[in-house]
Amino acid sequence: MGYQFDFSMVIKILPVLWRGVIVTVELTVACLAVGLILGFFVALLRVSPAAPLRFVGRAFVEIFRNIPALIQLIWFFYAFPIVIGAQLSPFVAAVLGISLNTAAFSAEIYRSGIQSIERGQWEGAMAIGMSRAATFRRVVLPQVFRRMLPAFTNRAVEVAKVTSLASVLSVHELMYQGRVLSSTFYRPLEILTTVGLVYLVMIYPMTWASAAMERRMRRRA
Amino acid sequence: MQQYEWDFGAVLAYWPMLLQGLWGTVAISVLAIILGILGGGLVATLRMSRHTPLRVVGTIYVEFYRNTPGIVHFFWVYYALPVVANVNLGPLEAAIIALATQSSAFYAEVLRGGIQSIGKGQWEGATALGMSHTEALRRIIVPQAARRMVAPFVERSFEIIKTSSLASTLAYGELLYQGMQVASITYRPLETYTLLALIYFLLLYLLSSLAKLAEDRLQEV
Amino acid sequence: MSDTPTPEAGAPILRSVGLRKSFGSLDVLKGIDLDVKRGDRIAIIGGSGSGKSTLLRCLNFMECPTGGQVILDGERIGDARVAKDGSETITYRERDLMAVRKRVGMVFQQFNLFPHMSTVENVMEGLVTVLRRPKAEARERAAQELARVGLGDKLDVYPGRLSGGQQQRVAIARALAMDPEVLLFDEPTSSLDPELVGEVLRTILSLAEDGRTMLLVTHELGFAYRFATHVIYLSDGVVHETGTAEEVFRNPQRDKTRAFIARSSEFSL
Repeated sequence: MGYQFDFSMVIKILPVLWRGVIVTVELTVACLAVGLILGFFVALLRVSPAAPLRFVGRAFVEIFRNIPALIQLIWFFYAFPIVIGAQLSPFVAAVLGISLNTAAFSAEIYRSGIQSIERGQWEGAMAIGMSRAATFRRVVLPQVFRRMLPAFTNRAVEVAKVTSLASVLSVHELMYQGRVLSSTFYRPLEILTTVGLVYLVMIYPMTWASAAMERRMRRRA
Repeated sequence: MQQYEWDFGAVLAYWPMLLQGLWGTVAISVLAIILGILGGGLVATLRMSRHTPLRVVGTIYVEFYRNTPGIVHFFWVYYALPVVANVNLGPLEAAIIALATQSSAFYAEVLRGGIQSIGKGQWEGATALGMSHTEALRRIIVPQAARRMVAPFVERSFEIIKTSSLASTLAYGELLYQGMQVASITYRPLETYTLLALIYFLLLYLLSSLAKLAEDRLQEV
Repeated sequence: MSDTPTPEAGAPILRSVGLRKSFGSLDVLKGIDLDVKRGDRIAIIGGSGSGKSTLLRCLNFMECPTGGQVILDGERIGDARVAKDGSETITYRERDLMAVRKRVGMVFQQFNLFPHMSTVENVMEGLVTVLRRPKAEARERAAQELARVGLGDKLDVYPGRLSGGQQQRVAIARALAMDPEVLLFDEPTSSLDPELVGEVLRTILSLAEDGRTMLLVTHELGFAYRFATHVIYLSDGVVHETGTAEEVFRNPQRDKTRAFIARSSEFSL
């Protein structure tokens, strides 16, 4: 074949990639946290008895689910600053875009979880005099979290993958480092393969955990 | 703060470029879907094979694509694959290969999920009549699994259309790339990217509404 | 709500007057008058679709009546507003309904226990969250109630590990912990395997010894006869016949009642 895979290159670039990994983790954690919290409130809108609130919730979800994530990131970095009259750092723009995206998907997870709780649970709580709010807090929500944990973990996997798009905004996460190194050292095969493997090592445990949780839940049922 | 003057007209003047981009998006999406179905069938066969080495290969393939970001695949195919395979790849070919191999992995999972969701009883009923494994699969299992696979299949196809926007990073002229050109020509990123988001939204929302209609029709049958 | 007045002897604790309930265009209850005195044990019997569960569920407002009155301890539940044309609209505020449910408890066919809480936590939940008792006191009370239904050794077990009969007894303990003035049972044994029905019926009968006011919707006519002081036979959304258990089961006055009771092997004439 004539091509020599340069393993020394792999060793050389690991410290730089590591810096990228840290930023990737920061992005993932930040966007997941904001997305899960915001998504909860959007889900409340979705299941609200008031039709206008339901519409707002639905609009939010449809908008951020139907537009590709990359467009959302680009919009928040290039277009949004014009609207608010202030420049955003690439990191902030990325967090904004990915968080809203995550919120939309999370809202649907919450919503389907809430709607999967049998009516009997609501009635059992109301029959001992609990208010709707207390029922939601003490009986419904705890069960929703338990049930939807695999789905939320899958969402975390997606967020980790989507952070790679922040490289387009020049956020110094893992993919960005990979691209810069590739063009600096002209060794795309070694570098990009390593980048792929690093992502795999980071993300696979989450996928495995989600599947394990699902298996446990099915056994309990 | 200076009032920003919105001017969609300036952007809409370039609608031929955007239309070209839309065509590019549709083209690679459709190609990727078709190739993905074929590839997915192959990978699914590996995944469900009775021979362990084949199962392992299939599983590694699927898990790799599930646990690594799409943009890594695009870059790897465009920059790294030519080095290994000693070929020259343009942005279009690279985009299609990346998108098609990704979609194969995901369609394979849809297929596997659908087929494995059919209870053992059906297999036993078929083989008890004397059918071979393949005959049972073809005449009893797949027809039943097909109905269950429609919804996840459609969902995956939407993901492919959204992922096609990543081809812009390889300078392939799909919709996002064309949009970025228009934005730099007009110096109007706000209008351009908002319009882009709108186009993607309409495209996908329309398609998903059609899909829901078709799904409801199918349920009636 | 007013301070609790001393009830006259024999005054009904719970009444319904002209109770109606419709679901859309379907009229399920077409005007039910009901008097429940303290210490009464009323069995509500009838065929499927007669409206017996709906009637029970209107009494603790799991369903809100579309017409008529529900009167608890002399006080009418809900705010009635009379329009100029004489028609009456009733609004039910959640606050008032919650207050009713503290005094009128319910045991469901499907138990409706909370799977993410242990047995004792299930029984404590009303005491802590609704009645705002301190946790330690609530736990002690819950343990007492569970002992009373024969599950004193299963305090920290989760409902998923209990049999249907045990789960239903936990549900009874949960309702009892609230000290309700009236206890409603909505087909409590219909979801149970036949072998488990007995333990639940025995538990319910033991409550009779304490003089509890109870209403029971059931298919088990033999049990209804042993349990009840009074019986209501519901048919087509109206009270077809009513009387003491002895009267209705041994000497039904109306043909439909007779035919219905005859279907049960214990009472075939």
